[in-house]
Amino acid sequence: MTDVTLPFAPPLDAGGGSYLDEGHTILSWLTTTDHKRIAILYALSITLFFFIGGVAIGLVRLELISPTGLFLTSDEYNRLFTIHGIIMVWFFLVPSIPATMGNFILPMMIGAPDVAFPRLNLLSWYLYVGGAAFTVYVLLSGGVDTGWTFYPPFSSDYSHSNVIAAAAGVFVVGFSSIATGVNFLATIHMLRCPGMTWFRLPLFAWSMYVVSMVMVLATPVLAMSLLLISAERYFGLPIFDPRAGGDPLLFQHLFWFYSHPAVYIMILPAMGVVSEVFACFARRRVFGYGFMVFSLMTIGVVGFMVWGHHMFVAGQSPLANLVFSFLSFIVAVPSAIKVFNWTATLYRGHIGFEAPMIYALGFLGLFTIGGLTGLFLASVPIDIATTDSYFVVAHFHTIMVGGTVSAFMAGIHYWWPKVTGKLYNEFWAQFAAITMFLGFNVTFLPQFVMGWLGMPRRYHYYPDVFQIWHILSSGGAVILAVAYLMPLVYLTWSLFYGEKSPGNPWHATGLEWQTPSPPPKSNFLRPPRVNAEPYDYHDFGRAEETGDESRARPQGDAS
Amino acid sequence: MSDAAGALREPWPNLQLQRQGVGLGMWMFLASEVLFFAALFCGYAVYRSFNAEAFRIASAHTEIVYGSINTVLLLTSSLTMTVALRAATVQLRGLTLFCLAATAALGAAFLVCKGLEYHEDLKQHLFPGPHFPLSPPATQMFWGFYWIMTGIHAVHLTGGILVVLLVFTLFKRRTVPVQGSTMEGVAIYWHFVDSVWLVLYPLLYLAGRP
Amino acid sequence: MNISQFTTEASDYAVKVDHLFYLESIISGLVVLLVSGLIIVFFALYYRGSSTPRGEVPERKSHEIEIGWTVATLFSFLFLFWWAASDQLTALAPPKQALEIHVVAKQWMWRFQHPSGAREIDELHVPAHTNVRLAMTSQDVIHDLYLPALRLKQDILPDRYTYEWFNATKTGIFHFTCAEFCGTDHSIMAGSLVIMTPEDYARWTAAQPEGDDLAHQGKALFHSLGCSGCHTPGSSVHAPDLHGVYGHVVHLSDGSTRVADEAYLRDCMLLPDTTRVAGFPPIMPNFTGAVDEGQIFELVAYIKSLSADQDAGAQE
Repeated sequence: MTDVTLPFAPPLDAGGGSYLDEGHTILSWLTTTDHKRIAILYALSITLFFFIGGVAIGLVRLELISPTGLFLTSDEYNRLFTIHGIIMVWFFLVPSIPATMGNFILPMMIGAPDVAFPRLNLLSWYLYVGGAAFTVYVLLSGGVDTGWTFYPPFSSDYSHSNVIAAAAGVFVVGFSSIATGVNFLATIHMLRCPGMTWFRLPLFAWSMYVVSMVMVLATPVLAMSLLLISAERYFGLPIFDPRAGGDPLLFQHLFWFYSHPAVYIMILPAMGVVSEVFACFARRRVFGYGFMVFSLMTIGVVGFMVWGHHMFVAGQSPLANLVFSFLSFIVAVPSAIKVFNWTATLYRGHIGFEAPMIYALGFLGLFTIGGLTGLFLASVPIDIATTDSYFVVAHFHTIMVGGTVSAFMAGIHYWWPKVTGKLYNEFWAQFAAITMFLGFNVTFLPQFVMGWLGMPRRYHYYPDVFQIWHILSSGGAVILAVAYLMPLVYLTWSLFYGEKSPGNPWHATGLEWQTPSPPPKSNFLRPPRVNAEPYDYHDFGRAEETGDESRARPQGDAS
Repeated sequence: MSDAAGALREPWPNLQLQRQGVGLGMWMFLASEVLFFAALFCGYAVYRSFNAEAFRIASAHTEIVYGSINTVLLLTSSLTMTVALRAATVQLRGLTLFCLAATAALGAAFLVCKGLEYHEDLKQHLFPGPHFPLSPPATQMFWGFYWIMTGIHAVHLTGGILVVLLVFTLFKRRTVPVQGSTMEGVAIYWHFVDSVWLVLYPLLYLAGRP
Repeated sequence: MNISQFTTEASDYAVKVDHLFYLESIISGLVVLLVSGLIIVFFALYYRGSSTPRGEVPERKSHEIEIGWTVATLFSFLFLFWWAASDQLTALAPPKQALEIHVVAKQWMWRFQHPSGAREIDELHVPAHTNVRLAMTSQDVIHDLYLPALRLKQDILPDRYTYEWFNATKTGIFHFTCAEFCGTDHSIMAGSLVIMTPEDYARWTAAQPEGDDLAHQGKALFHSLGCSGCHTPGSSVHAPDLHGVYGHVVHLSDGSTRVADEAYLRDCMLLPDTTRVAGFPPIMPNFTGAVDEGQIFELVAYIKSLSADQDAGAQE
């Protein structure tokens, strides 16, 4: 295309009609099929659940200040960490980036007017919010004490808690995942605008594609595991009972067959977001686009083959341990490639310090550390010593909190002007980002140490030799809590008093930025057309000397 | 023409793409359903390999007559569904409606037959628990899986019947035109439910019979 | 309590595990330094507005670099896997000659039975410089015996035996805990691992109140439960002769084979329909509920001793 369009269109004047103007009643929101509004519905609900899960663990960390506890009974403690796990995994992390940013940004990024099945999209939100609300109700009224992993025979025959109800809630929410996955896959396959070929898709779109595949294929296995536990518990069917020829390990295999890909569901979207942010704020193409795509796909596929590394001491055969250990080392390779590529993206860039970049950097560092500690756990002898200890707890929190939550924050801040048409306060955002990074390290580095020293997980009372580490960790948790509350405050403030944002405040190249902020209901002012690779921030082979913003060429035009 | 315009939904640019999209979406949903049943069948397969003798003994007590009748009913319903889909594509509205109704009826007949079979099974106390008549203990495992596998299949079938009835109503009232993308999705799903039964049937009924 | 009860390297295997940990820590540290170092350097040089000359950037297809670090990463990971796997494999097979201690885990306590017949609750005395093999089962849910000073843990399942083995090199009092969530008092299901010199252990064993060793107790049960009614050579009932059966392959009535280990013998008592030997009638009674885990292990110990006697040529 030879047309030269002004890449950064001035904003429409008020009253030009954004998606926010299409109906102001609550009903209009609750019956919307607009992917942008559904994304906001998701954002509000997952934020709520995040804070409920956060309160639960806040109570836990408070209790752990003393080795003999302060104010909880063991049963209450066990219910609290179970609540935390269930809510954070299934009602926060799994939906987080896909349901919010995937829903809002993905169609715009590929030049589509909406997702493939808008009504299914709304249904997926209702499944999510209904299932999650039901489960939280169950968790708060009596609770579940099995841990989020629901292992039998404890969960099926021994626990005196609302196992079936909680499992049912999670089961329902699983369908929300599947529906979202189906929707995104169909959207990316069929609704890309003219010119948006597969290898012009931004990496966020690719990450949505791969994560959707994983969601569709893995979630049903979880559904079946929960169903079997419930059948055993409710009907007395001896599914995992060795006396009837059964095996509790079958549950573990089925459960982890989902739950390992689940952690990739949690990290792949984060990787996608971070790619977008690094490119924009370093004014550089993402280094090695092809390898990045290949890595996403490899992680998605090989991620299905490593579930046994959660079961090295469970009683599976030594040969199985060897195979799963090997594959776990292999699956780390594409992640390492991505870390190197993100780092290389910064080379000779024009790097800004805006909040999204700070969060993305936090992701980069913490994901690297978390991933490396994964190698420790992939080594069977180290895993035997450290599994079911705080070392594992620290490992997965580093990736999920240090990684995914950081990336979630990066994305929220990056796309905030697009979604709301407002600019957030950059100083407070940077402050919160740095506080979050520091708070995270104070919370979880002590956990690595005490895990290696021998502190087991899911422990209400603990040997007093570990107290200093617990106190440090709980102190860090306070800092983290403050850091999480800050965005709630300044982002909400920006909605009412924030400076109005231009269409493309970051001068980004993505198609979603070539339209007003906030966008109209139909996403674009005219049918979009893509005519360039993504991340066209500089000429090939040369980095710009001055980082002149007008050099950044949008991926297409739509206004 | 007006029918075709009514069939087109946001955000699809044209009806052909929409049909393809719905088909693709339904196949992907089916992929998740396949994994759902695969997890269950995997459990069955593992336990059968651990307890081959017990599973043979247990399977011999399934009601093969009911099971076989059900197989015929479902296969026929897949035939009527296929005809319905073809009829819809060439806009033979009457035939489409008739075949949809027939499909639902055959599905319902399956459920009735299944209900009678369950009644028979329960009369023989073939439900794992204190009155379970068979030994060795792993026969209870087989029967546990029997109830779960057939139960979940029945739930899916019921869902399918309800969807077929809903679609029938929407077509009858001309709320949705017959040649849209709806038929394709429904047909794919129905065939899937039938296929699951075609795997269930030999696993449960034929395992204990030479 | 002090931290050395967790962190002492109480066996050569523990030392190996620690070495692997240090190796991986060093490698990880280097990677973190590399990545964070590069980030810091890039930020310092290339912040927006800095005057550092930018010049060339890697071409669109910078394949050499990509392949280079991919291969380097792959080989480093394979090296780590190889190191870890070798450690894993050498520690794998429990030695044939070992002091076997029976462990029963239940909500929320530990019972240990020594071959001498000594029993312990929430405390485990073992001799150093001796192969010790723990045969473990649970009476209810899944537990896990975590021995930090030995860097070992293993899940313990109901109706099944799982094993841990070690050869301790340091004496002292160490800590053990449950490491698989098992309910309300999971966090206090712990105890002391007391590693003694072999001489001290022998003295300790002799001083324990329990009289007979496990095999003798098992023999008493063998008679009192009526096993000897069928399982003796002179019996009118056709039942397998148990002399020398332990450790050998058994041909079952459904055509399959199993090794007659502890698990098989336990299944014979509790799931007789699944363990019927080919050529024998299905008349073995089911002892579920009639024997507890401790008694099962005593019977197993007795049956094992029959093999020993057989080998020694002694009559039983």
